[in-house]
Amino acid sequence: MSVPTSEAKNHTIAVLVDNEPGVLARVIGLFSGRGFNIESLTVAQTDYQNALSRITIVTTGTPMIIAQIKSQLHRLVPVHDVSDLTMDGESVERELALVKVSGVGETRVESLRIADVFRARVVDSTNKSFVFEIVGQSSKVDAFIKLMQPLGLIDVSRTGIAAISRGADAMDPVG
Amino acid sequence: MAKDKMSGSDILLKALDEQGVTDIFGYPGGAVLPIYDSIFQQTKIRHVLVRQEGGAVHAAEGYSRSTGKVGVVLVTSGPGATNAVTGLTDALMDSVPIVCLTGQVPTHLIGNDAFQEADTTGITRPCTKHNYLVKSVEDLARVVHEAFYVARSGRPGPVVIDLPKDVLMALGDYTQKSKVEVRSYKPRIKGDLALIEAAVQAIANSKRPIIYAGGGVVNSGPSASQLLTQFVKLTGAPCTLTLMGLGAFPASEKQYLGMVGMHGTYEANLAMHDADVMVCIGARFDDRVTGRLDAFAPRALKIHVDIDPSSINKNVQVDIPIVGDVGHVLEDMIKVWRSTQAKTDKSALNGWWSEIAKWRSVDCLKFAQDGDIIKPQYAIQRLYELTKKDERDVYISTEVGQHQMWAAQYFGFEKPNRWMTSGGLGTMGYGLPAAMGVQVAHPDALCIDIAGEASYLMNMQELSTIKQYRLPVKSFILNNFYMGMVRQWQELLHGGRYSESYMSSLPDFKKLAESFGMVGLQATKPSEVDEVINEMIKTDNAVICDIHVDQSENCFPMIPSGAAHNEMLLGPNDKAEKPVSEEGMVLV
Repeated sequence: MSVPTSEAKNHTIAVLVDNEPGVLARVIGLFSGRGFNIESLTVAQTDYQNALSRITIVTTGTPMIIAQIKSQLHRLVPVHDVSDLTMDGESVERELALVKVSGVGETRVESLRIADVFRARVVDSTNKSFVFEIVGQSSKVDAFIKLMQPLGLIDVSRTGIAAISRGADAMDPVG
Repeated sequence: MAKDKMSGSDILLKALDEQGVTDIFGYPGGAVLPIYDSIFQQTKIRHVLVRQEGGAVHAAEGYSRSTGKVGVVLVTSGPGATNAVTGLTDALMDSVPIVCLTGQVPTHLIGNDAFQEADTTGITRPCTKHNYLVKSVEDLARVVHEAFYVARSGRPGPVVIDLPKDVLMALGDYTQKSKVEVRSYKPRIKGDLALIEAAVQAIANSKRPIIYAGGGVVNSGPSASQLLTQFVKLTGAPCTLTLMGLGAFPASEKQYLGMVGMHGTYEANLAMHDADVMVCIGARFDDRVTGRLDAFAPRALKIHVDIDPSSINKNVQVDIPIVGDVGHVLEDMIKVWRSTQAKTDKSALNGWWSEIAKWRSVDCLKFAQDGDIIKPQYAIQRLYELTKKDERDVYISTEVGQHQMWAAQYFGFEKPNRWMTSGGLGTMGYGLPAAMGVQVAHPDALCIDIAGEASYLMNMQELSTIKQYRLPVKSFILNNFYMGMVRQWQELLHGGRYSESYMSSLPDFKKLAESFGMVGLQATKPSEVDEVINEMIKTDNAVICDIHVDQSENCFPMIPSGAAHNEMLLGPNDKAEKPVSEEGMVLV
């Protein structure tokens, strides 16, 4: 029964928490204090009636580390439910990015053309700039940003990942 | 204004009373003056005035560990709260239920760098199980009840309630305990029956089983210790305990192998290493217990019972994880054992016990008390023998270092809750305030702090508290004029360069005792040890015993850092053959 040396893998974990002061610090502090990674983090209130927020964290680790992260999260007092969207069945993940590109002439037209291919929307425009809104999996957002780079990319804002399981099951607010 | 409105501080005291609190350890200050005013005007709750807030938390830890109740601490804002941090971390590591009330500047000043302001909830977030900042007096009673629930349920731990002064002075309504429902945090109590059955079967089929139990058994309450004893006897398996678990299984039982781990016994560690089935009950595979992880119990099927799921598979991958309260799980294991008429293989077990007998015959704790210098082991052994017959309950606390390990090795505990020590954090200065807290809870018991002179100096301001409340706490100082464990590691790992580990300029401990109106005793020769101990036992007053012991004595047996259980050093002559590896050097 040796220590397993399986490889580290990305996991998307959803955490349902009480929306109270300090709760995000508790979750982040747990990750930094125990040396776990955070690749992406998204948080917002999702249940106003019960004052619950949902935190979506993308982290990396071996199966043993991931199991440890989940049980550590679970024992935080304001945590109601923890769900590993990578492990517990199928899930959908989306990320939104606002991408500012500056340019004139041919590069400006080219950026519009690529945006069209990626189904990105123009949400702001001046004579020499666009702000595109792109939604999709992180890899799609990455690809879009990469293509914008030579065309005058000057600023990016990304939301981090929002994820939810497929099918009719929901997270458990009772915990 | 409605008549039944109460001030925040009165609500606080009413909530504490409803939670069954009878004693608080604390120190006043500006932000908590309203609470002290309320304390002044009531008689139900006794306040013990410590001399430094760190002492208050350790006292509450001793109080809690010896009674099973939640320990309560009251300190002021800023420095009061920051001084409590070490004790809170200690309680977190050793799973001691504590509720620590901290004063805070009024809500409108929070964040303004006000006088005696500290971000207490920020500072204590990583060193508490949970913490609260109460921003409205209407939340106060609910938060107190919730805090007690959180502190004592699941894996127990410290909870901080930060109380701004305006909240303490505002008028509000009281909420009864029965009206408070915690929305989240519902730890699992009963273990999974299928896993319990699998565990029972694995134990019954084993040829070389070992039961390794820890502080979780003590935390689960005295009945869990009785169930453990029953289960160990049913299975016929050997049992070893961690430092935190001492007393959970009677030391005098034949099936007891002594403590496991870095300074555990040879037989316990080798039995751990060679076992085919290991049952870990309320322990957490700490690095002091496992030694080198890749060589830890390489052939054992591992069963782990713990109330905290995050303790399972943290350091060691186990085969049968059972999440639940130790007492409940043991009860079910015994039921299943009986109902399935499980039996261990007698002849295999006999063979296992004869192997263990060989390891036992090494007599790893033997020492020679010859010459004129007192061996520290001898002093503890005599303390154990001479207090054993005492009709009072005997409670032992320790500081941290060599004396702590010798106390764990040579003092036998028959019952849980009699042994108070800082295991996880290793806090020097823990023992004296802890003994004080034990004595407050058990006024008629014999409470002894087995100390080293270096640790003792870390919290000896509490002698003043001990005097004020006429607590007959006994301090038994093994004085070797060194930070003994530091000196030992410098000898073993750093070429005998004793950098800053010599304790010069020590006080005259006899006179120190006398200056507080206590009794000071000293032994410098082996022949004086019994006399000093007997005198200490029969003295009603607090006593400080200054026992001058061998300065160069090392604590053995020892698993050097980075080594495996079967690479134990039995004594000083063993060490030349087994030098510490380079990886081992970086470990603490």
